[in-house]
Amino acid sequence: METTYLEAIRKGIWEEMERDPKVFLLGEDIGIYGGAFKVTAGMLDRFGEERVVDTPISESAIVGAAIGASFMGMRPVAEMQFADFITCGFDQIVNFAAKCRYRWNAPAPLVVRAPSGGGIHGGPFHSQNPEAWFVHTPGLKVVQPATAYDAKGLIKASIRDNDPVIFFEHKALYRKIKGEVPEEDYTVELGKASVFREGRDMSVITYGAMVHVAAEAAEVLEQEGVSVEIIDLRTLLPMDEETVLSSVRKTSKAIVLHEATLTGGLGGELSARITEKAFESLDGPVLRLAAPDTPVPYAPTLEKAFLPDVEKLLEKARWLAAY
Amino acid sequence: MAAVKPVSPLMDAGTNTEAGLSLRFLYYMSLMREVEDRIERKLYRQGKILGGVYVGRGQEAICVGAGLVAEPDDVLFPCHRDLGLYFIRGIGPAEVLAQYMGRVGGLTQGRDGNMHMGDLKRRIVAIISAMAASVPVAAGAAMALKQQRSRNIVFVFFGDGATSRGDWHEGINLAAVQKAPLVLICNNNQYAYSTPTEKQMSCEHVADRAPGYGIPAEMVDGNDAWAVYEATQRAADHARQGLGPYLIECKTFRMTGHSAHDGADYVPKHLWEEWGAKDPIARMENLMLDRGYAAREDLESLQDQIRRQVDEAVAWAEASPYPEPETLARNVYEESR
Repeated sequence: METTYLEAIRKGIWEEMERDPKVFLLGEDIGIYGGAFKVTAGMLDRFGEERVVDTPISESAIVGAAIGASFMGMRPVAEMQFADFITCGFDQIVNFAAKCRYRWNAPAPLVVRAPSGGGIHGGPFHSQNPEAWFVHTPGLKVVQPATAYDAKGLIKASIRDNDPVIFFEHKALYRKIKGEVPEEDYTVELGKASVFREGRDMSVITYGAMVHVAAEAAEVLEQEGVSVEIIDLRTLLPMDEETVLSSVRKTSKAIVLHEATLTGGLGGELSARITEKAFESLDGPVLRLAAPDTPVPYAPTLEKAFLPDVEKLLEKARWLAAY
Repeated sequence: MAAVKPVSPLMDAGTNTEAGLSLRFLYYMSLMREVEDRIERKLYRQGKILGGVYVGRGQEAICVGAGLVAEPDDVLFPCHRDLGLYFIRGIGPAEVLAQYMGRVGGLTQGRDGNMHMGDLKRRIVAIISAMAASVPVAAGAAMALKQQRSRNIVFVFFGDGATSRGDWHEGINLAAVQKAPLVLICNNNQYAYSTPTEKQMSCEHVADRAPGYGIPAEMVDGNDAWAVYEATQRAADHARQGLGPYLIECKTFRMTGHSAHDGADYVPKHLWEEWGAKDPIARMENLMLDRGYAAREDLESLQDQIRRQVDEAVAWAEASPYPEPETLARNVYEESR
């Protein structure tokens, strides 16, 4: 059935709530209001206020309470209203949740959902992509779906996973992207990238909304005789290095593309791994396309200049193809 | 039921008569004092404990008085000056000492040090270093127990300094709104590291903060195990009845520096003398002698027995090896079996 990215996430959570009474939700405005983006719409009526908990505006307490409930055998799914506010719960995520299994063998099976990303005129505090902070934290898993199918499969896998998962949902995809989503139960395994599009001449390694930018650019490049392979990472931590390396070994050229800012972003990490482990296969430098090192601006002219897009990718790809 | 075995055969006889409870208070407080004295004044100085050492000398009545109210399946969130809670939960001095020494016999098998230890099977949760971070986590555990229709409740412990952290306020507020069964126990030992309470907060008591969250609070003499026990019973009854969180502020004094390396020169001398005279262990001994619960020889033999128990525990911990470097990357994530 043709389903939006948002509806796919909603269905995934709904099915898990039906399947397992230990799954419950907590966050700001997720109950009566159904969530700022309506991802949890209808759930309060179906599951009641003990399983759909409207909390005070307290991100640290939301994450902390999710950890405590997970210790008691529950499967909490916490919502950050915007990924930008996850900073207020940062200590609970990186110091409490991420380290408790390693330190004292106490698993914290919880999901923190974080609507992220720009292109919606949200300005500096409603548009960020903070995934790199969490990818730098051993003990966490970091997930970001690009398609409706993966959105449902990955949220279900995240809820069932026995480690803490930070689940980034790209806001610009919520209602823009549609795809076939089976009604039945399925999961998409965490830690596995997908080959979103097969190609021969160049690999674009990306995730989230940028997968669709890459797909559009690939169509143009195909007309120009350049065959592009797109790797959608899906899980950013742990990273599926094998899928990335085998693509690059085949195409010999690579661009890492992400919407988050350049310095300290995943592009540097992926570029390093490719040059360390697939150097002999490379026919050109590994390029990065990312947002520039600025806050996310508000004015449409500035935001357009900030976000990576098809034009910017084409420029990099043409240069690399000619290298 | 959680597997709670007494750490001493003596405690098998522990009953809830006044005499029996007094003996249990004395035993756990004395064991805590002896273990922490070895840690802070001997093993640390011998270089056998490499990292930080934070003890609860002078404050033993708080964790012991409150801890003996908790039922075996109630959940405990100790702070770093609540060693007695571990003994009450059946974790022995040997495991604790090995933990401090970074040995595999320790509760975290060398993954973490000092009071950063817990055991979910025994329903005792490890702190992290950030003060009050346990409070929202405890609130969530309490919410889960309520949702599970459990009769069990949660006890979270913290110091006066921790009440300055946002986590403390967020956690209490959430628990209060949710009417979660949470007992909040503050050891107000008057110093947060070197900073006195008047520089932490402009209200006089930590308990003054409770009305802001719509929860009851009371203050007790934190050096009187019986007073702490009775206040905690009131708090636990309140929580078990579904009435929500309850705050107890235990007035006490930290009879040492913040940590083993801190000489605490910033503490006025008269405070050491004043609070030294209120020592909770000496007070419990005097109470037991006055009421005829024990004779002087009984008390001496108890202390002897504890010293021998701790001697054996130190030897066991020192014999426990350091973890193998090859185990470094294990258990970061769930591992397939």
